[in-house]
Amino acid sequence: MTQRIVIVGASLGGLRAAEALRSQHFDGEIVVIGDEVHAPYNRPPLSKEVLADQVSHEAVAFRQRASVSDVIWHLGDAAQSLSGTTVTTQSGTRFDADGVVIATGIRPRTNPLAGAASHRMTLRTLDDAIALRERLQPGAKVLVVGAGFIGCEVAATATTLGCQVSVVAVDEEPMIRPLGSSFGAALRQRHEARGVTFHLGTGIQAIDDTPEGAVVTLGDGTQLEASVIVEAIGSIPNVEWLEGQGFDLTDGVLCDNDMRVIGGDHVVAVGDVARFPNPLFDDVPRRIEHWNIPTDTARRAVMTLLGDLGLGEGSKESFTPMPAFWSDQFDLRLQAFGLPGLAGNEPGDVTIECGDLSGDVIVAYRNQGRLVGIVGVGFTKELQALRAEIGMAR
Amino acid sequence: MKIVVDMNVCQDHGQCVFAAPEIFSLDDDGHLVYQSDVDEALREKAEDAADVCPLQAIVVED
Repeated sequence: MTQRIVIVGASLGGLRAAEALRSQHFDGEIVVIGDEVHAPYNRPPLSKEVLADQVSHEAVAFRQRASVSDVIWHLGDAAQSLSGTTVTTQSGTRFDADGVVIATGIRPRTNPLAGAASHRMTLRTLDDAIALRERLQPGAKVLVVGAGFIGCEVAATATTLGCQVSVVAVDEEPMIRPLGSSFGAALRQRHEARGVTFHLGTGIQAIDDTPEGAVVTLGDGTQLEASVIVEAIGSIPNVEWLEGQGFDLTDGVLCDNDMRVIGGDHVVAVGDVARFPNPLFDDVPRRIEHWNIPTDTARRAVMTLLGDLGLGEGSKESFTPMPAFWSDQFDLRLQAFGLPGLAGNEPGDVTIECGDLSGDVIVAYRNQGRLVGIVGVGFTKELQALRAEIGMAR
Repeated sequence: MKIVVDMNVCQDHGQCVFAAPEIFSLDDDGHLVYQSDVDEALREKAEDAADVCPLQAIVVED
């Protein structure tokens, strides 16, 4: 009988899982279920080129390997529930499977305060980016809530498009969690030099409609007018459809180091939604929202699933993917490896390896004497050399 | 097998260098250099390199 694997989630992780199934010699049926109508596309350009340059789905769609040409794409219909290895979608379509790959990713978190709904936007999908692009007209007053990756990139892109941009965040500096306060401050200064205004260390007290748009009241009483509010305050893993299966859904879906979902049978998870331990750092399961993780976890998850189904050997090696991320803001490109956010608070845990924070630089992040992350501007070659030392005493 | 990299798109992230060091490397200035004619035996590695390119600038042709 033909075997069937159902992949839930049709973004990078879902596509890479389908490709991995074929490259690891699974010759049964593959179904990919996705909530968006679009075939898998690359998300990093959404906060950059897609906002700035009017690009379409075609420009950001992933090339697909010939081996996945017979995959059944069930798009525009989100999964609603899982029972064993049977997936049911919102439209009521039921897919029985021999194995399930969870790749449902995350969605943006938003401020629970009501108000100015028609002027509030988030950025996760291509449709989000196209809708936001319409609002980023020259002179538009853009209020970005959140100073992480997406918030900083949107602030930079909107400023370049001629918008007046303010950033509000509870953090004391932009991108403080991955970069630390000194690097965050240097990043803020680069934004300020281009005209971005920051309101940091403060929350939002109220969001109200005005005839022209919205007004946001900060914790200290400051009022900021906006024609559009972009909320970039983090993410929520898409796990509601997995309830009732005995999985740990505390923050994403808990997996073992082989990407096997704990409490499941022939169920694995990949990408942003998967919380798994990475012995490169320690034994704490974490979700890692970095671009290379869907690809790395998809390969491992498929190896595990095929092994558990008796269709492959699995792997006995410990799985230690190296997180890699980057961010483009104005003419600045940050490149990073590892998990710099794990750095300790001791003197010497965060050090400048070369250059300085006003220009090209490499910053190293340590925890208890081990290198846990590196972030660089420029110095590409040096950064690549240091990558090999992550996880080691240094 | 031929490798084509759109050098207008490439931003020297270097992910391909880790995936397929036999094909890709960075020069002393940190810019990408690569072999365009590659032995068929390296196809899987070349495909891996194309997968991990953040800019999706690498095409593996037959």
